[in-house]
Amino acid sequence: MEIKVLGPGCPKCHETEKIVREALAESGVAANVTHVSDFQEMAMLGVFATPAVVIDGQVKVSGKVPAKKDVLAWLGK
Amino acid sequence: MSKSCCCSSKQRMILACSGGSNVGQAANQAAVELTREGFGKMYCLAGIGGGLQGFVQSARDVEEMIVLDGCPVGCAKAILTREGVTPGRYVVATDLGIEKVKDPRLTVLDEDVRRIKEAARASAGGLAAGGAPTSCGCADKA
Repeated sequence: MEIKVLGPGCPKCHETEKIVREALAESGVAANVTHVSDFQEMAMLGVFATPAVVIDGQVKVSGKVPAKKDVLAWLGK
Repeated sequence: MSKSCCCSSKQRMILACSGGSNVGQAANQAAVELTREGFGKMYCLAGIGGGLQGFVQSARDVEEMIVLDGCPVGCAKAILTREGVTPGRYVVATDLGIEKVKDPRLTVLDEDVRRIKEAARASAGGLAAGGAPTSCGCADKA
């Protein structure tokens, strides 16, 4: 599983990445997490606002920090 | 905090029909100018219309949306409705008394653009600022 956390590096972006990593640890799901700050890549994905989370090419959330339960649901847990 | 983080007070998405008529182009120009003035950020209605997943999800997640249609055909609204997105605030140029005319030059009148912008601002409760020039959602943590 490939997970991308999109954002310029603001506190909400870091919080989002932390929640994603916590959800992964809780669920035991193996995934490669990367932080994307490149505007061109964000634009290609159609993301209007950050933070955003993309899982296997699917934008799951844009412009807000997700709840951990939402991330767990996206992970299938 | 990152220097590229804008920490805007609100994310406001502006969508315009940008259709092939004077009113469609006036709506488009209004969206461009509102973006430049910092009222919000124009976004790609075509991406939503094309069903591109990231664009559709962004429209679903945005805090505030203003949709500018040129005429009662309501193409922008119809695109959103098809994707299950309810336009938050909605302006139709012809409802403002702007006439849709047959003009192969697609002439956009400054006065028409001004009226659409005014209606957009009014629909947002007169909030003149608080757009999302770089659309960072970190306002609460700033």
